[in-house]
Amino acid sequence: MVVPKICGLETEYGITHRGAEESNPITASSLLINAYLSGLQHAPGSPIARVEWDFEDEMPGRDARGVGGGDIGYEPETHLVNAVLTNGSRYYVDHAHPEISGPECADARSAVVWDRAADVIARRSMEAARALLPEGQELVVYKNNSDGKGNSYGCHENYLMDRATPFGRIVVGATPHFVTRQIFCGAGKVGTEAAGVERFSVPFQLSQRADFFEEEVGLETTLKRPIVNTRDEPHADARHYRRLHVIVGDANLAEVATFLKVGTTALVLALVEHDLFPDDLCLAAPVQAIRAVSCDLSLRQPFRLADGTSATALDVQWELLERCAKYCHDVGTEAVGGAVADEVLARWETVLTQLETDPLSPATTVDWVAKYRLLDAYRSRNGCDWSDSRLQALDLQYHDLRPERSVADRLALERLVDAEEVRWATENPPPDTRAYFRGRCLQQFASHVVAANWDSVVFDLGGETLRRVPMMEPARGTRQHVASLFDECQTPADLIGRLQQ
Amino acid sequence: MAERERIQKSSRPSAESVQEEETRAASPTGDRLKAELDDLLDEIDEVLETNAEEFVNSYIQKGGQ
Repeated sequence: MVVPKICGLETEYGITHRGAEESNPITASSLLINAYLSGLQHAPGSPIARVEWDFEDEMPGRDARGVGGGDIGYEPETHLVNAVLTNGSRYYVDHAHPEISGPECADARSAVVWDRAADVIARRSMEAARALLPEGQELVVYKNNSDGKGNSYGCHENYLMDRATPFGRIVVGATPHFVTRQIFCGAGKVGTEAAGVERFSVPFQLSQRADFFEEEVGLETTLKRPIVNTRDEPHADARHYRRLHVIVGDANLAEVATFLKVGTTALVLALVEHDLFPDDLCLAAPVQAIRAVSCDLSLRQPFRLADGTSATALDVQWELLERCAKYCHDVGTEAVGGAVADEVLARWETVLTQLETDPLSPATTVDWVAKYRLLDAYRSRNGCDWSDSRLQALDLQYHDLRPERSVADRLALERLVDAEEVRWATENPPPDTRAYFRGRCLQQFASHVVAANWDSVVFDLGGETLRRVPMMEPARGTRQHVASLFDECQTPADLIGRLQQ
Repeated sequence: MAERERIQKSSRPSAESVQEEETRAASPTGDRLKAELDDLLDEIDEVLETNAEEFVNSYIQKGGQ
């Protein structure tokens, strides 16, 4: 079975409440999201009623390895704000952070569009909250993954996979990529937060997240984080699909970095599904390697492989690129985004060539490079060392989403998508996955939608029971499948009647 | 080797480092990026939080995944 690599990004944003004497991150996150939702409901001509998330299929404790130890000690927080947006995404308070889980996307380019849309939604939320707060107070949102004090929060990726692929094989294939892809998708960080290591013994590293990974494989997401996460919650027909939940990555400001993060991972996972992954890329010690790669700005330090040889991150990435190019040539690009996969291969080759020639050359496409160049130049000009507060402040402000304080906005990062398309994507779902069905239901019949989640929409048609419409096939319910159906239906009862035919 | 060079460079006076940056970035794209970076450095202190130390110390984010 060829399973399309449908993917989605979920971003936990950092949040601060400035100007307040006391602040609580859960209250601040709730205020941020409610301010945005309230603004939507009061917009002139808005069709939007507030639709809550449906927790029916939440099972974060189920383990893909099928072994015990399923209790990870937390339950979904059903009492906090948790909404579904017309663009197919979920906007909610997750633990102590605002989180936007983007809609299902058919390819890496689409993932970039809706990731940027999420950032625009977060920006609008800050503006909406500013209007509600007393003079001198504001909520500020950061798209990063660490506070520099040992606390991390994630930017997770999700990829649809074939249930028939044994999980052990996924671990073998995904691990070398997750350890080494940070050379182009790391977001960069001043210092280290690894336990027991002096903070500035590492002046700067490639990844925000690498310090926080302590296991090779596991179910945890908040402590003893594993490089490969085993959460088994397919949000789709579990007989055919699994959803690989990836927790190892950084949130990116550079669109090319997001594009490469998602695009290369989709290709590597397709390789795994076709059993074409090279068996000589197993790492001897992945946890040590992920940290060593993150701390090596020269990209020249080798790590040991399981077969006793050694390789650098660039060696592994060149090998994976070659295999993925061969896969696309031999098998085709149908499952990995069609023409988008060709662009992924081209940009992958470009970035590896640049990194090999001069690691600091991809300055407009790789976040850690853009950040490092600025901070190092600032350090030179001001004669300060890496522990200077101003460098740490610039590090944090790289990820500040306020236009007046954003450092990333000032670094001329290359854009792959234009602002108008992103603005459109804040209100509209991707056309080529089931997110289209979810989004259209909310755009057209929000006042009759009681709740929605990844794999169903629940309607109240006024009868005695609610009507759940299942969406167990992530590639169905696209614009091509259902646009004319929605155009022809005047009421939700029409829609459900037609769906039952 | 590259790692050793980088460490040596960071201990030199800043003016020399700037010169070396310029020598290294000899391509047209490199020159343009360097010029843009210089322009940005001229204005970055206005973007930087007023009290960097207090800002950095108060940035605490618990409870993440």
